Amino acid sequence: MSESFTMARRDWMGLMARARPGELAALMPAPLPAHHILRAPEIGAVMLRGRIGATGAAFNMGEMTVTRCSLQLDGGAVGHAHVQGRDRSHALHAAIVDALMQGPLADETGRRILAPLAGAEAARRATRAAKAAATKVEFFTLVRGEDQ
Amino acid sequence: MRPEALTGGFAAPPTDAARAFRAVLDVLARPGVIAEVTGALPPAPLSPAAGVLALVLLDGTTPVHLAGAHDCPELRDWLAFHTGAPVVGAAEAAFAFGSWQALQPVSRFATGTPEYPDRAATLVIEMAALSAEGPRLTGPGIAGATRLSLPETAAFRANRALFPLGFDAFLTGGPRIAGLPRSTIVEDN
Amino acid sequence: MYVAVKGGERAIDNAHAFLAEERRGDPAVPELSVAQIREQMRLAVNRVMAEGSLYDPDLAALAIKQARGDLIEAVFLIRAYRTTLPRHGLSQPVDTAAMAVTRRVSATFKDAPGGQVLGPTFDYTHRLLDFALMAGGPDAPLPADAGTMPPVPHGGKEAPPSPLVGEGWGGGAPRMPHVTGFLNREGLIEPAPAGDDTPPDLTRSPMELPASRALRLQALARGDEGFLLSLAYSTQRGYGRTHAFVGELRIGMVEVEMDIPELGFAVPIGEIELTECETVNQFKGSRTEPPQFTRGYGLTFGQTERKALAMSLVDRALRWKELGEDFTGAPAQDEEFVLMHADNVQATGFLEHIKLPHYVDFQSETELIRRLRAEVLAQREAAE
Repeated sequence: MSESFTMARRDWMGLMARARPGELAALMPAPLPAHHILRAPEIGAVMLRGRIGATGAAFNMGEMTVTRCSLQLDGGAVGHAHVQGRDRSHALHAAIVDALMQGPLADETGRRILAPLAGAEAARRATRAAKAAATKVEFFTLVRGEDQ
Repeated sequence: MRPEALTGGFAAPPTDAARAFRAVLDVLARPGVIAEVTGALPPAPLSPAAGVLALVLLDGTTPVHLAGAHDCPELRDWLAFHTGAPVVGAAEAAFAFGSWQALQPVSRFATGTPEYPDRAATLVIEMAALSAEGPRLTGPGIAGATRLSLPETAAFRANRALFPLGFDAFLTGGPRIAGLPRSTIVEDN
Repeated sequence: MYVAVKGGERAIDNAHAFLAEERRGDPAVPELSVAQIREQMRLAVNRVMAEGSLYDPDLAALAIKQARGDLIEAVFLIRAYRTTLPRHGLSQPVDTAAMAVTRRVSATFKDAPGGQVLGPTFDYTHRLLDFALMAGGPDAPLPADAGTMPPVPHGGKEAPPSPLVGEGWGGGAPRMPHVTGFLNREGLIEPAPAGDDTPPDLTRSPMELPASRALRLQALARGDEGFLLSLAYSTQRGYGRTHAFVGELRIGMVEVEMDIPELGFAVPIGEIELTECETVNQFKGSRTEPPQFTRGYGLTFGQTERKALAMSLVDRALRWKELGEDFTGAPAQDEEFVLMHADNVQATGFLEHIKLPHYVDFQSETELIRRLRAEVLAQREAAE
């Protein structure tokens, strides 16, 4: 047997928030595990902040759309989600995964849902980073006569 | 956060919140009128009516003060999850919850500035019960005069003297709620 | 005499129907999808997100489609929509040193650690119309090395490319240090120390002048790109000159984190593309400050580098008082002028309202002019 799947809660919540809603939906168990809603998926905004001069005092730079959801698995853990965008089912799925990851199904959930999403994200990032790296300038120093 | 803190919000937020907000507007527009509101089941000692007020009026940009017994971990957690409102000292509060006794002295609360009279606190005064008996109320929104079971009159008379500055108030008891804006004239008889 | 008039309902309904038809254009041409606008008109989407002050590429694309490509109208639609959203919270300040950069250039340091990464830029293009795009032919193939392979070394003289510093935050990936940090180490540039103050928010309370730098930056970040471009250009031409160098311009993805009350800790809630510009400005010193470089700062949604550059120049020009410089009367130094006129939704609302009926106002003006003329003519007759 391979090692058990481990990931910190902060990291899997971030992975859920950044996941493409369609990719996550395709990986969810059907039917969804029984649950009851504590806070129905709700679309809202989060004010984003930057720092003056990248390191200085904070300022408000504008908002982004965020959908949140909280639920409890029947006889199980409470799951929370705050995910970018306006996709209610994205938030619902993320909250279910958050709850599953705190219970006995954590290992299976990690392998079946988190691992493929993490792989897809890593691939997207690597592709983009490689494209950027290919545009990195390598300077030549032209040899001038008097320096010889 | 305790799991109990995550329950007791509106079951159907859009319609529940719209109905409750309408009721809150009505009681503030017609001082002395007592309405019943439903939908919130907050932890004690917050009354269901004050819970509804919290759900429809508070968010992350409305600093709230919890006075006396209302400042307890159960209520702090419930407000944090359901409203996101930061808990602050009396002077910075946009809203304050507590019994009349716990809210004293009410001179601690913001009464607005001449440029921004709206930057005043709204007090949610928790009562054992509400009834249409007690001090006489007159002023905007009241046809003639009406009566409401206020905890006292002197503080509200002093508040009225500050107009257009001054705090606004709601009185809550169980599921019942009444409004007392700063414009209302309060007299003993 | 005041005459109340009412009407035009049928005309308005028909005007809206006509508008919908005109928006669609020739039905023989396939309709644009929102996804096509989002992917292929991305810089327009970025501008609408930046000035609409709401990061949501799908909504910005929808707004552009609905507004028939009128970007200020699209910004207006986004601003109207955002007022309907409950606020779930405030993010922690984004950490741009942890940006996964797609573009990063410095005009001041050739050999800045991390290197000069050109990214998808119009710079170095010939600005010749590409008729191949019009012909609808296949997309130009990428160079063989793009995206997968390291650049081909030229004659063996070129060092092998270093791994891109900062690629992919998290997982212990290296950070891309800011160029201004190197100057800071020598004390050559003013520091930018962190502060914990909650910044003012002009979407929640009316703007009060004089404004803090944080409030100015919020106003500039959502300000009209054209207005900021003109102001920034005016400083370059001498109206409030600030001698700006682009210390660094970087574009890339940054993770957004927020404290979640029910969890008691911060979690990532998404990732956004940002453009950040830091200018390094010459400064001879003043009565209060020693000679050192000073900074201007710009931070905007999406790839919006003209906006970020302009923002950083205007930010620096507005700092004259804080740095003990002279006020020369330049528009870019005038905080009230800049902040009260930067918002294109406010501006277009007030400008465009004058085309709506003002029949009664104008009637009273007409009566006044008639009366004044009659008085003047009567005086002339009397004089003759």
